[in-house]
Amino acid sequence: MLRITRLVLDPLLAGVLSLVVLAALLAVSGYPVADSLSALWRGAFGSWSVIASGTVVRATPLLFAGLAVAIAFRAGVLNIGAEGQLLIGAAAATAAAMLVPPSLGLAGAVFVLLAGAVAGGVWASIAAVLRLRFGVLEVISTIMLNVIALNVTGLLVRGPLQEPTRVFPQSALIDQALRLPRLVPGTRLHLGVALAVCSALGLAWFLRYTASGFRLRMTGANAAAAASAGGIDVPRVLLTALITSGAIAGLGGAVEVSGVTYALYENLSPGYGYTAIAVALLARLNPASAIGSALVFGALEAGASAMQRDAQVPAGMVGVVEASVILVLLASEWLGGRVRVRRSLNRGGTPLAETARSAQTTA
Amino acid sequence: MVIPSGTHRTVNAPAPRLALDGISRQYGSVIALAAASLSVERGEVHALLGENGAGKSTLMKIVYGLEQPDGGTMRVDGVITQVRSPRDAMRQGIGMVQQHFALVDALTVAENVALGGSGSLDLRATRARIREISADAGLSIDPDARVSSLAVGAQQRVEIVKALSRDVTMLILDEPTAVLAPQEATELLAWTRRFAAGGGTVILIAHKLREVLSVADRITVLRKGRTVYTSRATDATESMLADAMLGAAGVVLPDPVAGATTARATTARTPAGPAAETAAKTAAKTAAKTAVETAARTTGSSTARVGDVLVLSNVSITDGQGVQRVRDASVTVRSGEILGVAAVEGAGQHELLRVMAGRTAPTHGSVTLPSDVGFAPEDRHRDAIVLDATLTENVALKGAGRRQGIMHWNAFRDATRTLMHTRDVRASDEAAVMQTLSGGNQQKLVLGRELADAPAVLVVENPTRGLDIRATADVHAALRSARDQGTAVIVYSSDLDEVLALADRVIVVAAGRVREVPADRESVGRAMLVVTG
Repeated sequence: MLRITRLVLDPLLAGVLSLVVLAALLAVSGYPVADSLSALWRGAFGSWSVIASGTVVRATPLLFAGLAVAIAFRAGVLNIGAEGQLLIGAAAATAAAMLVPPSLGLAGAVFVLLAGAVAGGVWASIAAVLRLRFGVLEVISTIMLNVIALNVTGLLVRGPLQEPTRVFPQSALIDQALRLPRLVPGTRLHLGVALAVCSALGLAWFLRYTASGFRLRMTGANAAAAASAGGIDVPRVLLTALITSGAIAGLGGAVEVSGVTYALYENLSPGYGYTAIAVALLARLNPASAIGSALVFGALEAGASAMQRDAQVPAGMVGVVEASVILVLLASEWLGGRVRVRRSLNRGGTPLAETARSAQTTA
Repeated sequence: MVIPSGTHRTVNAPAPRLALDGISRQYGSVIALAAASLSVERGEVHALLGENGAGKSTLMKIVYGLEQPDGGTMRVDGVITQVRSPRDAMRQGIGMVQQHFALVDALTVAENVALGGSGSLDLRATRARIREISADAGLSIDPDARVSSLAVGAQQRVEIVKALSRDVTMLILDEPTAVLAPQEATELLAWTRRFAAGGGTVILIAHKLREVLSVADRITVLRKGRTVYTSRATDATESMLADAMLGAAGVVLPDPVAGATTARATTARTPAGPAAETAAKTAAKTAAKTAVETAARTTGSSTARVGDVLVLSNVSITDGQGVQRVRDASVTVRSGEILGVAAVEGAGQHELLRVMAGRTAPTHGSVTLPSDVGFAPEDRHRDAIVLDATLTENVALKGAGRRQGIMHWNAFRDATRTLMHTRDVRASDEAAVMQTLSGGNQQKLVLGRELADAPAVLVVENPTRGLDIRATADVHAALRSARDQGTAVIVYSSDLDEVLALADRVIVVAAGRVREVPADRESVGRAMLVVTG
């Protein structure tokens, strides 16, 4: 029961909290508070079609990337690179869509998604190799790889993947047959949404009920004990976790291309991979809870566009709100003595290298 | 033998550089120091000896301002002084190099030396000063080297130079040679002589008697928080020092943990007459005999497995720093016995135990181990348990590396409940988070987990560290019962009395050498301290 209340209550609390923070910010900046907030509400929950096509669709890449972050953080790997892994996944999916004959139909669509997942995993494995071979902290390398991924995407949409007219920095639209089918006709709600929710539930089950998931959690909670008392091959777990994390983010990128944009753009992601860190933390790194927290942030971002359009409030203000919510939640976490998130964060800094080292010496 | 109280100093004699009188310090119910005294003259190398837990480090931490005494006086150059912090100590010209260096790995030597200095940062001047000091002291150091690239010996030189650059004239070295290769140790000790010859003062916390006798001018011995012996090094022998450290030979304490302090303290102050001593010896022998008989009986009646289960042949272990920790060790452990391991800190037992537990491979030599070895390492919170996880998860941790497929949580829950019941682990239920348990209950759970499948070998390291008397007794009972079930139990404890209370046989690790000795306090104590060969 406690679990259910947490699943629903935490995101709800975060939602209310962000509205309060936003109202204060609006008031201080001299915007009409009531009008702005009502625009936000209309943009996020105004109608069923807004909810389906705006909030939920917006929440989907946040959920994929949030799951990626959560799974890595649970293993004690601070993957800040979901953004880059998502972009590379999107780029690879687009490239795959250009290569696959449309006649393949569903198999082709699946291939496109797989291409995205594999590319995301490969991209993350660069950071994994840097970490295990050269001791480069993944916090640093994944951030750097984000920048590289963004530029690689930019290069692709002006070069090999550019649309045939060679005017716009974007790819051609992928074939109809390779696009993800719509779940509800008349909305933008696509199959990828269901895929994201299934991934979240599947990962929650994986962490709780499989031996590999248990190894991952124990490694993240105390790598030295995992190695010494559990005989767990810690470097291997870290490697697998980071690559899996990258693959999930990459899948998110592929879903975004084949479910929403149907083409690769340089600015495909408005920072999904960074907001994802907030999504994961708000969910206390629990994949199932990430569904709720992704919805909160999805609503905020969908509402932000409406707020900008209807009340001329800069959408960037929502970014400030998101960050404040995270800070408040982390503080309350700390004050409440619920230390899981904080601990996994603390462990991340230097300790990861340390844990790998100690694991190697114990192994 | 007796320390001048210091209150009736004659006016003409120069005051000692440092005079401690009646220093006491208590942690909770544990008395670390009970009236410890120490007098150190200017220009001497003064060695401070004592068993593990005798109070050497605590006393020196008080001098350096890291700890505050509960009572007693400290005089520096004859003036009563209170040192509230290392900064205070430094102002008195007192420096300390601890066992764990206080250096920033990522910075250069010069940056480390500049760190914590006062005034503005002038690296050029610091570099010049380091060159000057290291040339004067004969301690070769490159001021531009990054600390992380330096070997332990060099890092120690950095610590010394750091102290010298703060105009330290009295330097405390806490077991400085424990981490050094023999050549480096010789160089360091030669330096302490030069430093003293130049008017400096060195206090050397040490374990190795031969080393102490060769380098020190005077020697003070602490035992159970009291100063029991002090003399010129030329008047002392290894044997005398060992006696002073271990107490009157053959004295047996009623209980290895409780009452130890009082019993020993009494013996120390009023040396027992010959009659009392004989009585004590007889009592000890009887006690030992009974213990052996009991052990034999219980072993006989149980289904003990026969034969050697763990064999180390000519094992050598070199650690990550390239220092050889264990040399040419051969050990055989049989099922149904408790093998006690005794050693002073850093003698190589840490590495040896990990090889015995199958956690690391030796550098040289062969190891025959059964596949099932239980291990309860001394740093429980780091190496044995996951504090954030539930009891069930901690139980499931064992063997997690090899497990495939699905976690059968119902089975793990049942196993945990059974374990809590049989091992008397007090917790709300099996879903309780490990963190909420007391240290004793955590340790009982760890032992229960490691013993759950009746392993052929169990290795435990300081199994009762930090536990109260009741939990200690429970742990001891668990180890004995494992032995009686046929498990070969290997116990290391830094408390010699604990080793002796539990062990059927005892091996001693001293300076990386391993040998078996008779399981009595005197033989073991001597083997730990007097390094032969």
